[in-house]
Amino acid sequence: MSGEAIAFYVLAAVTLGSGVVVVTSPNVVHSAVALVPTFLGVTGIYVLLSAEFVAVIQVLIYAGAITVLILFVIMLTEGGTGIRARQRNEQGAIGAAVAAAMAGLLIAVAVRTPWARLPGTLPTYTPGAIGQSFLGPNLLVFEGTSVVLLVSLVGAIVIARKEE
Amino acid sequence: MPWWLELIRAIVGTIILFTGVAVVAAMFGVLLERKISGWMQSRLGPKHVGPQGLLQTLADTLKLLQKENIVPHRADRAIFATAVIVVPLAALLDYVVIPFGTTRWGPLIFRDLNVGVVYFAATSSLVVVGILMAGWGSNNKYALLGGLRSAAQMVSYEIPMGLSLITVALMAGSLSTVTIVNAQAGLWYIVAQPVAFLVFLTAATAEVNRVPFDLVEAESELVAGYFSEYSGMRFALFQLGEYGEMFAMAGMAVTLFLGGWRGPVLPPVLWFVIKLYALIFVFMWVRWTYPRFRIDQLLNFSWKVLIPVSLLNLVATAFVVMVMHR
Repeated sequence: MSGEAIAFYVLAAVTLGSGVVVVTSPNVVHSAVALVPTFLGVTGIYVLLSAEFVAVIQVLIYAGAITVLILFVIMLTEGGTGIRARQRNEQGAIGAAVAAAMAGLLIAVAVRTPWARLPGTLPTYTPGAIGQSFLGPNLLVFEGTSVVLLVSLVGAIVIARKEE
Repeated sequence: MPWWLELIRAIVGTIILFTGVAVVAAMFGVLLERKISGWMQSRLGPKHVGPQGLLQTLADTLKLLQKENIVPHRADRAIFATAVIVVPLAALLDYVVIPFGTTRWGPLIFRDLNVGVVYFAATSSLVVVGILMAGWGSNNKYALLGGLRSAAQMVSYEIPMGLSLITVALMAGSLSTVTIVNAQAGLWYIVAQPVAFLVFLTAATAEVNRVPFDLVEAESELVAGYFSEYSGMRFALFQLGEYGEMFAMAGMAVTLFLGGWRGPVLPPVLWFVIKLYALIFVFMWVRWTYPRFRIDQLLNFSWKVLIPVSLLNLVATAFVVMVMHR
């Protein structure tokens, strides 16, 4: 087995293992903390694909910011911490059915897609190329995203501001 | 190179890095801090262990190693124990992209990533996770308050820090730390970008939770903040993480603004160390000079002063760079 394959399986095991903890842990804080290794495992897979920029952004945004935000919210919520939350409810059967359908769909798509297996060069993932693409062919998407983010920022401030 | 050789190289690198950070940053840093604070307060500081008290922190470390690890009643054991690993690990990861000098075989750096600056911002933000875990896992209200303050503070100060990092990257036209150092061959960026340097230094002081931004571990209010409940080697590991992070921030400031390893006559590595310790001295000088901010002042300062200033600086720099490259 090549080193890359070993690295992939280790990273996949880390990602899936901590993902299982996220879903099954009865303690919300444990779930939130277990998100960190999940995100870092995905980061490792990005690195294996030599997509350094995406990997670093994954750490910056997901492991560094989103997790902290989630933890922050949990710790500020009254009664949100330390409670052994219930893990199942009456709608388990429906949830399982939806999950199975989704899994079937994803597997079908993955199996039926004719993946290109030709030896080729990887696309350039340099930050420069990504910037060029944002300000060139994908300008509209980029600007659209920034407007959406701006709107949500303004919305958050409006909601958080005290009534006068 | 076969993969197992690469793996061995990574392991050896980690051991060297850990030892280096533990000895140079944590042990010597603590001694320096005590000596400088003594000097500023007209005291002598540690004096008895070894010549001029040089071995004081070594003795302290040995003492901490022998102490009992106390876990508080009803603490979350798993989180309490893992937080200790997360903080120093995040600090160690910072060092991967810092060029310590240059040799005839190329720059002395673990990996010259083409996204080095963003990588630094990403890894230094991981420390917050460890601090929040420690604060929550201790089952102590002071620790929890310290952890929450830290999250608010570090999230606020990451933004001006990121903006000043981007400004420098714009000037150099690259995100790689080695290219940034090479771009400063003629002029150090502290001259071209004094505003970005000041913003970076302020944000770095806040990121490593030092006075005047040390609300996270304000002794007079929160005992020791998020690590109040830690004892023995776990306490030492938090100190290691904290000093490691401070040295990493200083190292990054040297790389981005003070020309990295560049300098006349003396060997490059020595220049890097001289500049690093000069900045460390500034951090300690500030610590023993200024009083602590209140939390509202601290957050207002970040959102209403630092972020607008660094944004304006970024726009002005981008404009100048664009005009010059026409």
